[in-house]
Amino acid sequence: MMEGKFSVIGKSKPRIDGRVKVTGQAKYTGDLKLSNMLVGKILTSPHAHAMILKIDTTEAQRQPGVKAVITHEDVPDLKYGISPARWDENIFCIDKVRFVGDKVAAVAAIDEETVYKALALIKVDYELLPAVFDPIEALQEGAPLVHEQCPGNVNTEIHQNFGDVEKAFAEAYYVRTDTFVGQRTYQCPIEPHSAISVWEGGKLTVYSSTQSPHYFQYYIARQFGLKMGDVRVIKPHMGGGFGGKLEPTGLEFAGAALAMRTGRPVKMFYDRHEMFAHNRGRHKQIMKVTTGVDKHGKILGVHADFIMDGGAYTSLGVATAYYAGAMLPLTYEYENYKFDMIRAYTNLPACGAQRGHGHPQPRYAYECHLDMLAKDLGMDPLELRLINTRKPNTVTPNDFRVNSCELEACLKKAKEISGWEEKRKNLSSGKGIGLAVGSFVTGAGYPIYRTDLPQAAAMIKVNEDGTSATLYTGAVDIGQGSDTILCQMAAEAMGFTYEQMKIVSADTETTPHDFGAYASRQTLMSGAAVKQAGEEVKQQVIEMASMMLQTDYRDLECREGVIWRKTDPSVTITYAAVARDFFVRKGPLVGKGSYTPPKLGGTFKGAPVGTSPAYSFCAQISQVDIDEETGEIKVEHVWDVHDCGTVINPALLHGQVHGALFMGMGEAVWEEVVFDDKGKILNANLGEYRLPTALDMPNITSELVFSPEPEPAGPWGVKEVGEGSTIPTMGCYSNAIYDAMGVRVYSLPLSYEKVWRALKEKREHEQQK
Amino acid sequence: MQAIQDKEGIKRYLITLYVNGDPYTKVVKANTLLVNVLRDDLDLTGTKKGCELGDCGSCTVLLDGKPVNACLVLAVEADGRDIITIEGLGDNEKLDPIQEAFIENAALQCGYCTAGMIMSAKALLNSNPDPTEKEVREAIAGNLCRCTGYVNIVKAILSCGRQSKGGDE
Repeated sequence: MMEGKFSVIGKSKPRIDGRVKVTGQAKYTGDLKLSNMLVGKILTSPHAHAMILKIDTTEAQRQPGVKAVITHEDVPDLKYGISPARWDENIFCIDKVRFVGDKVAAVAAIDEETVYKALALIKVDYELLPAVFDPIEALQEGAPLVHEQCPGNVNTEIHQNFGDVEKAFAEAYYVRTDTFVGQRTYQCPIEPHSAISVWEGGKLTVYSSTQSPHYFQYYIARQFGLKMGDVRVIKPHMGGGFGGKLEPTGLEFAGAALAMRTGRPVKMFYDRHEMFAHNRGRHKQIMKVTTGVDKHGKILGVHADFIMDGGAYTSLGVATAYYAGAMLPLTYEYENYKFDMIRAYTNLPACGAQRGHGHPQPRYAYECHLDMLAKDLGMDPLELRLINTRKPNTVTPNDFRVNSCELEACLKKAKEISGWEEKRKNLSSGKGIGLAVGSFVTGAGYPIYRTDLPQAAAMIKVNEDGTSATLYTGAVDIGQGSDTILCQMAAEAMGFTYEQMKIVSADTETTPHDFGAYASRQTLMSGAAVKQAGEEVKQQVIEMASMMLQTDYRDLECREGVIWRKTDPSVTITYAAVARDFFVRKGPLVGKGSYTPPKLGGTFKGAPVGTSPAYSFCAQISQVDIDEETGEIKVEHVWDVHDCGTVINPALLHGQVHGALFMGMGEAVWEEVVFDDKGKILNANLGEYRLPTALDMPNITSELVFSPEPEPAGPWGVKEVGEGSTIPTMGCYSNAIYDAMGVRVYSLPLSYEKVWRALKEKREHEQQK
Repeated sequence: MQAIQDKEGIKRYLITLYVNGDPYTKVVKANTLLVNVLRDDLDLTGTKKGCELGDCGSCTVLLDGKPVNACLVLAVEADGRDIITIEGLGDNEKLDPIQEAFIENAALQCGYCTAGMIMSAKALLNSNPDPTEKEVREAIAGNLCRCTGYVNIVKAILSCGRQSKGGDE
């Protein structure tokens, strides 16, 4: 069906950036060199909580080769952050530091070695303060205050109540409560953060490894009192983000200030340790979940009661806190839902948005909890889910409208391809099979700061001789392949060929506005703008061709660079000939488009978070083999079935599933940022913070299901794929471990040691009987 | 190796590196890393820095044919030796088969690990033209990728192995 309907989309076209990346030609921010460029670095706090008594930069300034040393006194003291009520960060700390790694001063010098020498010469006198590292302790009376204006260290407090949960529980046949704990994890893009700032006569240009040039432009302009038009942010090739490069890193602010001070380009970067310290990774959540069911297993009500460790600043954490609970009701249908959350400040690095934003840990908790409920009820966990699975064209209790939804089909297909029924009964000893589901937004319904700007805009220019076209988009390719799929979408809409598409993207001066790469938004949102721009080009081409061929435009069709008469396909003319003529007669042949989502969501406090034009759904089944003596978990196979709407590029799409699943797997078994009792990170490197290697990965089967009616909200019916598969993995593994060994691990990661301890406890318990 | 002393008494060494077949003579300090000479002095930025601790493998190059983390090799150690970087694979006319295979199999996303990954694969295929999946996974176990789950990378490298034997499975 797809073959005939589309010419360019739905095909595994090679990546537009494939060649430059395999040859090493692709330039990332850290690869760029500008004439007369200085190197800059930030001095950070060695203490978790301390007053700054005095900063003496005299000696650092005297070091030969040092061009500037700056502290809070040299930069605006305006606070920044995600929403005005919670602006709590300064470019540099003013009176106190709040975590090991908090930013205190910065140096620009002629080379890296001189910078490090100068950093060591800055003298900061600190008066140590008691610190708090645990969110529950932080919320106790008398705990040290991370921010004086924030009593009780409560950064965000959420109480949402839909329907009547108490009544649902009172009427339920069975009610169960479980508590789970997640951990701090870190995105670990392989490319470290870097930014180059250039100040030229009142204009600031920043090359940055960022997921959102637009937000950086906005923040930098606001911070330094510049017009947005005088700030240009350019994203060169980028080595991954996963949420960690979505918000200001400090490098842009410090670099901008140093560039303004010295009049020279300044390259700033973090090393791997500094990346961990700056952080903005996954929050640790403590999650109590309660569910009441009727005697058939139908869910009547759910209460999610969470606490989250936010670290020292808000970062994007308000949104994370809301997302944690907002997304739970997407997968199962029930009317009564209560969500309580406190995000606590602690003296640890701030947490932010990591792939699956706030949702993977709650989903781990909930999917484990459901399996335990199923066991109590004597039901197959898959059957319990099928009874409750969300249907298309429904509304969640928290007012999210779900159009297409094939979760039921996902579950059934996963069941079939994994051999679920047979394996639940007959796997050999030590082996088990487990299941979990997930759902994710296809773009956030509302931008990060309040604005009426469209979510995305795009422009296409057919080049003058008509043989190629350039797509200009603010969308940000961080590796996921948006440049490629947006060119496919442009070519499809224009009736053009992918191979002749060029792209300019993610540059706030030369490309139209787009909010960037987060919340899995670009295929739908940027894609909608691109489709509109392409259709505008196509219409002009057809009109011109109708003139040239002296044919009614309604009788013309245009695909893959050729225009022909529908009534006489032997009459053709090339796109290039028409486009060239267009340019000669009328000037540039351009099309433009923009996308603004419809008004989404309810009116209660926090209602916008979790709204989206469309939701993806996903079911995962995994098969594990547990070594009873060591607790070692070997994941043998994972089956992922995704409902992600129409596919633009199958190869890239499955690549997203593989990567998302890989990230979920790392967090499920190994990944955890560990701190000592002074708040210092113990494993701030890629050796001890254990990412899965090629030897750790299971076999992966990635399959899709399609809804009979394409998703109406997305161009051609597209939906999310980039983050969804991170969400079920941890719960899925936990359930498989239980199936294998009959032990439940209540905290992430599900490490070998924890599994071993659980097995030991189980044995001891059995012996006592 | 010739050495000269600067005004502060720090020694500098005159080294010659044979990079992608060409000789480059440079003056370096004893603690200068090979990766920094390649990137900063020779502007061969295809070799990436991801950790500078030997953990991520992004800076993998071939030193006398063996894959090494260029962040763990001192420039003075590489004096007089042959180094192949990603820029030394394939040519303007034709990419190396392993580069082609990475494109064909969608084995790259952000591309930051790609150069190191390809160099490790190259070293493997040079010594073992038809590796098993396990051998491929072992050969790239020191190259971290955060995007792909290694699925298509393994597929790409295996496809080169089969091709080298005339295309039979």
